[in-house]
Amino acid sequence: MTNIKTSIKTEKSSNPNGEIVVEMEHLKKSFENNNVLLDINLVLNKKENLVILGKSGTGKSVLIKCIVGLVEHDEGKLKLFGQSISELKEKELTNLRRKIGFLFQSGALYDSMTVRENLEFPLKRQLISISKKEINTLVEEALENVGLSDTIELSPSELSGGMRKRLGLARTLILKPEIMLYDEPTTGLDPITSKEISKLIIEVQEKYNTSSIIITHDIECAKLTANRMIVIKDGICAAEGLYKDLESSSDKWVKSFFE
Amino acid sequence: MKKRILEHFKNRKDKEETIPKNNSGIISHSVFNKFFLEVASITIFTLRFFKEAIKPPYEINELMKQSFLIGFKSLSLVAVTSFILGLVLTVQSRPTLAKFGAESMLPVMVAVSIIREIGPVIIALIFAGKVGSGIGAELASMNVTEQIDAMQVSHTNPFNYLVVTRVISATFMLPLLVIFGDTIGLLGSYVAVNIKGNVSFSLFFSQIFQSLEFMDVFPAILKTFFFGFAIGLIGCYNGYYANKGTEGVVGKAANSAVVYASLMVFVIDMMAVQILTLFQN
Repeated sequence: MTNIKTSIKTEKSSNPNGEIVVEMEHLKKSFENNNVLLDINLVLNKKENLVILGKSGTGKSVLIKCIVGLVEHDEGKLKLFGQSISELKEKELTNLRRKIGFLFQSGALYDSMTVRENLEFPLKRQLISISKKEINTLVEEALENVGLSDTIELSPSELSGGMRKRLGLARTLILKPEIMLYDEPTTGLDPITSKEISKLIIEVQEKYNTSSIIITHDIECAKLTANRMIVIKDGICAAEGLYKDLESSSDKWVKSFFE
Repeated sequence: MKKRILEHFKNRKDKEETIPKNNSGIISHSVFNKFFLEVASITIFTLRFFKEAIKPPYEINELMKQSFLIGFKSLSLVAVTSFILGLVLTVQSRPTLAKFGAESMLPVMVAVSIIREIGPVIIALIFAGKVGSGIGAELASMNVTEQIDAMQVSHTNPFNYLVVTRVISATFMLPLLVIFGDTIGLLGSYVAVNIKGNVSFSLFFSQIFQSLEFMDVFPAILKTFFFGFAIGLIGCYNGYYANKGTEGVVGKAANSAVVYASLMVFVIDMMAVQILTLFQN
């Protein structure tokens, strides 16, 4: 059922477990005089892919950066695994971040490192007692999962856009996060590579049982990956529902995404 | 307040284009506000550096890597410029000293000039151009491509990993480069002296070492630690807080790093001379 109100409150029951991993209530964020998020209410259930649609500049990326604590929200509640992140100390937040994977829009690969070093970096930082042999095994496994085994000694600048995205995904998945945050995973890619990335997102959900928030304005990606969708307009959640519900929405603005 | 200052810095480059002026063309008081906010912002950045530098984990591997990149990779540039500097200074000074019949003082005069002032300042300026701009551009590029954010979500303190290591490396590598550069500069001077004259290597250097005093060398080397610290810190500050939204952000960060670091070299040098004069009196 599509809901279009001033700011909708999202549903918690799209999966049978009903376990909530991310919960936002009346979240607000502004930068100086620019109000980016006005009143965001959403929940992410366990093992669910939630797609957030919205035009460029509507604060979608800011929203997921709030989740991981890269951007501090001004008002409202934001809970991760039932813990309010504004009440967490820096160390507790850092520990909580271990459960979260973030695929950045640009891939955010470390230019000064090779593909191998890019993948080793989070392992060495987070699993201090891990042996060299275990690191090698995990790195090779991660690259195999995204089909980039033969690029291990290359530098990121030698990779194509799609390969960079896949490598970013491999680097994120190497720590087996419980929540995946995808910031425009298919932006700047050709339709075939976009489809590959979308399929990879579904594979990740199935293989690692992750809960994901996918920020996108690529409707094909949304169609393939979404269990549930939210549309953001002017800093509020303007509509929520399944892909087919939103596609047949009576609201012209929501419908315009699908045309 | 801190948040406001940091927000100010993040947006400062946008505002640079529209410096507020009133109708009479006199710069309004908000320019002063901006200046003081900027000063406060860099002060907080400096304090944060000290706070993070003493806090574990210590990024020893990255520190070693940066010391190699900042120090070792600058050796050839410093060697060439210092050699030319020593050579040119000697050739240019010779006629004046010859007029007063003091040509024999040439090695001493050149040595004191190089060791006390010209060596540290010129090498620091070269260092600001190479290392300061490099750090500014690298961190700005990492900022724009979200690599710093990626580090933060990878259980890594990016300030500790990127800023602390680079500032410490710059602080300790510049004095070593200056000592190396001074030595090469004196070799350049020795070559220049022997273009027209015939002075042995041992005579040239024994004359220099006999005339040099502790207070010629120690303050000159000491101030290079401050030069290195300022260059590293300014480079990191400009790169780390580079505004993602602006055009040519990497170039701007590199440019600002060089300009402000070079300026700081002269300011620190002036302060060092004043302090040294106080001690000597």
